[in-house]
Amino acid sequence: MTATGQAVYCGYCGQGLDGSDHAACARRLGVVDPPRFCAACARRMVVQVTPAGWTATCSRHGALDSAR
Amino acid sequence: MTAAPEQVDVLGVAREQVLEGGVGLSEEQVLDVLRLPDDRIPELLELAHQVRMRWCGPEVEVEGIVSLKTGGCPEDCHFCSQSGQFPSPVRSAWLDIPGLVRAARQTADTGATEFCIVAAVRGPDKRLLSQVRDGIKAIRDDGNDIQIACSLGMLTQEQVDELVAMGVHRYNHNLETARSHFPNVVTTHSWEERWETLRMVRAAGMEVCCGGIIGMGETLAQRAEFAVQLASLEPDEVPLNFLIPNPGTPYEDYPVVEGPDALRVVGAFRLALPRTILRFAGGREVTLGDLGAKQGMLGGVNAIIVGNYLTNLGRPAQDDLDMLRDLSMPIKELGKAL
Repeated sequence: MTATGQAVYCGYCGQGLDGSDHAACARRLGVVDPPRFCAACARRMVVQVTPAGWTATCSRHGALDSAR
Repeated sequence: MTAAPEQVDVLGVAREQVLEGGVGLSEEQVLDVLRLPDDRIPELLELAHQVRMRWCGPEVEVEGIVSLKTGGCPEDCHFCSQSGQFPSPVRSAWLDIPGLVRAARQTADTGATEFCIVAAVRGPDKRLLSQVRDGIKAIRDDGNDIQIACSLGMLTQEQVDELVAMGVHRYNHNLETARSHFPNVVTTHSWEERWETLRMVRAAGMEVCCGGIIGMGETLAQRAEFAVQLASLEPDEVPLNFLIPNPGTPYEDYPVVEGPDALRVVGAFRLALPRTILRFAGGREVTLGDLGAKQGMLGGVNAIIVGNYLTNLGRPAQDDLDMLRDLSMPIKELGKAL
């Protein structure tokens, strides 16, 4: 199962994407952070970082990984 | 009227004392280095590089790290997103043995000689030590002879002995910051408790890896204090991290260390620790960027963590390996000491 659904929430801060600026969040996600919140439901995900990648699993929407 | 005393140039002194004599700078001298103006940073880095080449040689030690047990830590290290005491978005997770074996293989594939297994704990319990033991066995059964390091918090003598028996080559336990600043960073245990673990590790014959994080509100004087306290420990390796202000931690709004300050720290720590493996670790991507990483490698650093860190991402390993190739810096081979 993979995380699916429309991106409604920010993967870095978990706040709604509507009406607020997430440029700083996007920079963090692009450089030093894997996603921490599910973009579909804002649940905190279980994240495992490994030397060459990461996986982030939402209990409802499944897993994402850095290979995507 | 007497003439004003002539200003002593700390880099001139360091050239004699450190480069020629192999004697690290004193606390006062380190502080002088940390106060050098920006226009003298190239001169500092050039000297630090000469010291590194003279006393450590040209090889670079490459290491990968992985988090075996993430989050839920009972300690309150204010920089850490894995503390259970802070509203950080990091959730608890355990890496299974196949995942650990894959991570070790990924690390070995980069040419690294060291793989560090890390857990966010006050100290290991039986379950964690059992997982480490099984993990090391599985890594060996996979045909991977990479050197294994561990970072599992504070240890008892019995646990030190267990790790030695498992074949753990090096133990990481950071003092994090100057002794005088430590109570502002951690309140759930003391600097002295950490020192005691390091003493036992050293006495048991494991290599000692001990460094810290720059940018946690310490003064320049405390950075100098930290450098000489590390030097007095005589560690085999000092990992140098720069704070990544993580959301939910008490330091989330702290400013990132500025590039010139980070480079002064790199040069100063090399001059305080002329013979020690000085490793670029977390935060260099944010603080220094690609160019700064190269400047650091040409400024006294002789080891590097490649790939990702424990909860944060690093540069792709290949970028760092390409950088080392461009700098004509050979990677240390397995079984060879720096």
